Amino acid sequence: MEVLKTFPLGQYIPGNSLLHGISAKAKIIVSFWLIIIIFLLKLNFYSYLLFFFLILLGILLSSLPINYFVRSLKPVYFLVLFTFIIHFFFGEEGGRVYFRYGIIHITDNGIKMALFMSLRLIYLVLITSLLTLTTSVLELAQAIEDLLKPLNFVKFPVHEFSMMMTIAIRFVPTLLEETDKIIKAQKARGAEFGKGNLISQAKSLLPIIIPLFINAFRRANELAEAMEARCYRGAKGRTRYRVSRWTIKDLVFLTIGILYPILLLVFF
Amino acid sequence: MIQLRNVSYVYHEGTTQEKVALKDVNIEIPSPSFLAIIGANGSGKSTFARLLNGLLIPTHGDVIVDGLNSKDFENLWEIRKKVGLVFQNPDNQIIGMTVEEDVAFGCENLGLPPKEIEERIDFALKSVGMEEYRKYPPHLLSGGQKQRIAIAGILAMLPKYIVLDEPTTMLDPKGRKEIMGVVKKLYKEEKTSIILITHHMEEVVWADRIAVFNKGEIVLEGSPKEIFMKDEKLEEWGLSVPLVTKLSKCLVERGFKIPHPILTIEELSTWL
Repeated sequence: MEVLKTFPLGQYIPGNSLLHGISAKAKIIVSFWLIIIIFLLKLNFYSYLLFFFLILLGILLSSLPINYFVRSLKPVYFLVLFTFIIHFFFGEEGGRVYFRYGIIHITDNGIKMALFMSLRLIYLVLITSLLTLTTSVLELAQAIEDLLKPLNFVKFPVHEFSMMMTIAIRFVPTLLEETDKIIKAQKARGAEFGKGNLISQAKSLLPIIIPLFINAFRRANELAEAMEARCYRGAKGRTRYRVSRWTIKDLVFLTIGILYPILLLVFF
Repeated sequence: MIQLRNVSYVYHEGTTQEKVALKDVNIEIPSPSFLAIIGANGSGKSTFARLLNGLLIPTHGDVIVDGLNSKDFENLWEIRKKVGLVFQNPDNQIIGMTVEEDVAFGCENLGLPPKEIEERIDFALKSVGMEEYRKYPPHLLSGGQKQRIAIAGILAMLPKYIVLDEPTTMLDPKGRKEIMGVVKKLYKEEKTSIILITHHMEEVVWADRIAVFNKGEIVLEGSPKEIFMKDEKLEEWGLSVPLVTKLSKCLVERGFKIPHPILTIEELSTWL
């Protein structure tokens, strides 16, 4: 239970840094832009180095300890290693050949690709971490609603979509708590979890999942009633309490975040 | 004033699962007033609550809130603005990810400007004594605190009537006390009409009027003292009077010169 009480939603670390203070909309736009740029970046040493400076700047502006970022790379260590090995031993032909045996070959181009592809992955993770470490899930959901607003014109239910997202996130801790209770209740009835082979383990999850689902439906029903009782009728005539406005800071951030990578593309 | 005229409600009408929840209910709820509804499980209390703000529309009869009939779909919005409904389970009625977001939800639906929403959040959180929790995520709060937030969410919409459907059932004694404190304060200071549905007899002693439900009908209506006089009848309907009232009755039977019924411990101790 104690773990659940402090369960972090996403990996947001509250703070007052410059990056925390920038509007989530600007951060999302820049993150997406940088992710696109990574794939367009020319495969040479300078453009990757200079791109890294931008990420480094972001890390500094977030004033978060560096080990948060190192930790965020953990889930992709294996993937990075795998990518590196594949490209290193089985990569592109071309340039000097250092070693060849059957299908294994180490070449200039292969080494280059191995390096850049791994860096690409690392950069991707670092950029998304910068976004999620400094932006709360709530800010993200609202920013996505704002950014998707133009889709209203093609009849995409933007408000409903973001309301769904917000509610889903809001209920994560509640459902976790409930799962915990159900597990304890089933254990008290003699259920065993995590024993036997994969199939019997999966089977032992059923007594958790079924009550959880039933309760979730009941909750959804009650929540819908409570929303209706509070005059909810979709986006119609609805205002927002938190209105995010663009500040000078956001605009400067946006300009640098968009122009710098373009310069990289042009000059290197 | 909320008027119910010959109201009946039938679930799954015309099917094999047909179940009559309310039968020919007539009641007038003036404003401001504090009405308590008591009744055993399945007596139709919750159905009654949902009829008051148009979540359910009566199968027969009319529910009229300040002249607006809930049968007319056009009126539902106005009725729900006037009649706030607080539910039993605090977890399932909190929508926002922070306390203030949740309190703002109703105001946002009313289409109020952000400045006014801000003021209303201040007012609502102050009324329930939760100002310092403004930025908290709700899952870190206790049951009583969550229920207070739910009340604040309704309060921020400035309703004329607040219906509370067993708001303390899922709370511990401390939470129960918190909620009752808030409810009494709302009635006395804000002049909000309270319709409290409960089966805790200790909670109804502050009401002006009590209506007793049994099997979908109002079987008794009157002031708390009048109701608690009829303790044998209440037992028959699956209800019991507060312990203090039982005690005072025993004392009277033993020849003590005290009035009957007595509703609170304070009242009894001043007489003794």
